[in-house]
Amino acid sequence: MFYRETGQFKSKYKEELAAFPLAEDKVGIIILLVIAYVFIPIFGIPGLPFEFTMGAIMIPVFIFTITTLGLNILLGFAGQISLGTGAFMGVGAYSCYKIMTIFPDLNIIICVILSGLVTAVVGMIFGLPSLKIKGFYLIVATLAAQFFLEWAFIRVAWLYNYNDSGGIEGTNKEMFGLIVSGPQSDALTRYFIVLTLLVLLTWLASNVIRGRIGRSWMMIRDMDIAAELIGVRPLTAKLSAFAFSSFYIGISGALMVFFWLGAAEVESFDVSHSFTYLFMVIIGGLGSITGSYMGAALVWVIPVLIKEIGKTVFGFDAFIMENFSIIFLGVAIVVILIVEPHGLARLWQITKQKLRLWPFPY
Amino acid sequence: MKKLFIGAVMAIGTFISTISLSFADELLVPHMTYRVGPFAANGTMIANGFTDYFLMLNERDGGIGGIKVNPEECETGYKAQVGVECYESYRGKNALVHTPNSTGITLQILQKAPEDEVPILTMGYGLSAAAKGETFPWAFNYPASYWSQMTSILSYIDSQTGLKGKKIGFLYLDVGYGREPIPVLEELGPKMGFETLLVPVAGKEMQNQSSHWLTIRKEKPDWVIMWGWGAMNPTAIKEAAKTRFPLDRFIGNWWSGAHVDTQSLGAKAKGYLASSYTTTGTSFPAIQDMIKYVVEPGKSKTKMDMPGKVLYNRAMFNAVLIAEAIMEAQKMTGKKMVTGADVRLGLENVKLDEARLKELGLEGFTAPVMGGCADHENGGSIFVQQWDGSDWIRQTDLIPPMTDVVQPLLTAAAEKYVSDKSGWTTQKCN
Repeated sequence: MFYRETGQFKSKYKEELAAFPLAEDKVGIIILLVIAYVFIPIFGIPGLPFEFTMGAIMIPVFIFTITTLGLNILLGFAGQISLGTGAFMGVGAYSCYKIMTIFPDLNIIICVILSGLVTAVVGMIFGLPSLKIKGFYLIVATLAAQFFLEWAFIRVAWLYNYNDSGGIEGTNKEMFGLIVSGPQSDALTRYFIVLTLLVLLTWLASNVIRGRIGRSWMMIRDMDIAAELIGVRPLTAKLSAFAFSSFYIGISGALMVFFWLGAAEVESFDVSHSFTYLFMVIIGGLGSITGSYMGAALVWVIPVLIKEIGKTVFGFDAFIMENFSIIFLGVAIVVILIVEPHGLARLWQITKQKLRLWPFPY
Repeated sequence: MKKLFIGAVMAIGTFISTISLSFADELLVPHMTYRVGPFAANGTMIANGFTDYFLMLNERDGGIGGIKVNPEECETGYKAQVGVECYESYRGKNALVHTPNSTGITLQILQKAPEDEVPILTMGYGLSAAAKGETFPWAFNYPASYWSQMTSILSYIDSQTGLKGKKIGFLYLDVGYGREPIPVLEELGPKMGFETLLVPVAGKEMQNQSSHWLTIRKEKPDWVIMWGWGAMNPTAIKEAAKTRFPLDRFIGNWWSGAHVDTQSLGAKAKGYLASSYTTTGTSFPAIQDMIKYVVEPGKSKTKMDMPGKVLYNRAMFNAVLIAEAIMEAQKMTGKKMVTGADVRLGLENVKLDEARLKELGLEGFTAPVMGGCADHENGGSIFVQQWDGSDWIRQTDLIPPMTDVVQPLLTAAAEKYVSDKSGWTTQKCN
């Protein structure tokens, strides 16, 4: 009843190919955008302190959604598995730091996008083995990328400008007279920038995926030999998937350091983080943009909320809640994979199917 | 389902009401702990020592200046990203001074401290350059920086066997923390006539150091200095014993010489040296009070065998410094409920001399700490302790650092840190 395509006629091809062909979807997206752009900046999340909402929940979730989108393009749409996500975020962060220090007057958004491009090139280089190997062997190859890059972040002191601390640090950056990054920036300003980038990148991803390139990725994923036979070139398809995915991951890495953490060491880009991002993709749902949002939100927010509620409502010790949230996340992964192997995105699809008939199922 | 819904509504309701209630009259001392994760063995000791001291003050003296202290813990698991989450959760709650307990977290919040007006005290870790109070008004690293410590260790070696013509092995965890003292070695090597052998241990190889010790065996350094942490320490000591390296020529820094590092090895680690700035043991009246008021009645998570251990005592001293700073701030402002900015002034005016240490029940526990505006490190003297097979025994008097070597390095590092930061807050000291 609430979700029916009946009566929504299309008279042009363009309408048929629209990103959201259903009126309900359009309304839903508009509501979500209004919540993100108006409601949350004004009210925050009810019951949680505003600064905490911004700095510990909304901004990181948006950044990790970009990461998850990037990894999902590679893993969910192109079928190439990668365990180097953490390190590729590092490439984004370190290259953004280098660009920022070499050109101090450059707009920070341009720095972020340039760092995405740098990461895309690095991702393509480490994606080369995918032309020869797949599956488990490719996992090992990307794992090598992870370890190599981690090593480089420690050993190549040029990358962090020979700082004694061995880390990279953000500094105040202005844009149109407003401090947008660095310690003096307002959380709300950073929130809007990260949100806008997320919206733009989602729009870009959804269009690329529905287009020729995205279809070639999916053909490679589903059956590479058949795809090759009907004229998809594996070289361009696979490498473009690596490049596109790394572009997103690089941007998210730069955003993570300069719009959220403020400073970072190698530890923020290690292999355990790569696994976390992989969990986000798998829990959200492989090959789904909505799933990327859900996965990132669930994996990041649930532990934060468990800890905060446990501390303030039930008065448990912080470390008990920390252990509990680790257990909870592990159980959640197992349960979701058993109950719904296609992730949260599939649950959402089922809900939509049910809503078509509800409340009068026949 | 309905019950569940009512339950959820009630939970959210209590949640909101507790948040609005959390601004009661108490002195909030944030404390980032790591009782979970790969370094939990060390983190638990540190967390307990810190918390117990404040709980003891609450029980014995009714807090500081009559106001109870709330040493609120936030669990980071030693992960830098979670540290930011913790930092945000303390915002807007009138936090007095941050104790990040991790260099990675310190770097992330160092720049935010002037904006939020909450000082950071990184006792024995963090950025060495923070010792320069004029450049870093909001960061403190009493009582010594890593660089001061390295010069003191070298002085000790010089006093034992002489340094000229010797070969010094430097075994370090290959992260920012471990690499930090290398400039001091490079600077002093030619001056004092010793040769340095760098042996980096990558984080992943912490528990597999056979190749590193093969290098040491081959190169035959006269002394080995270690900058290690967590599982790296016992592994290194074990390997040293296995390769027959004389353990009394093997000296760790203050994070490489705790009971958790040597206890499992027992007599095998006998002779191993480490620097420290806090004495072990429970003979001090302050620690006796902590046992009496907090540990024995079971008011904290501390087990009976923890007080007196290296890390427990050191974390307690961290708490002592904060308590003194809060007291000083109360005295200076005349207010009972002080703010972060007041405590910053308190930290700069801490007067922990011999008399005050005795008053606190900590006579001979550590070197006096006299706060200052320009000097946020103060003194930097350490002593050397030795593992006798069952406990750490203090071996030397306080060894002062080579100030003439360290100060120029600190100044240069502080200048370098702020060189690319626009709008950095500094202060002028008389």
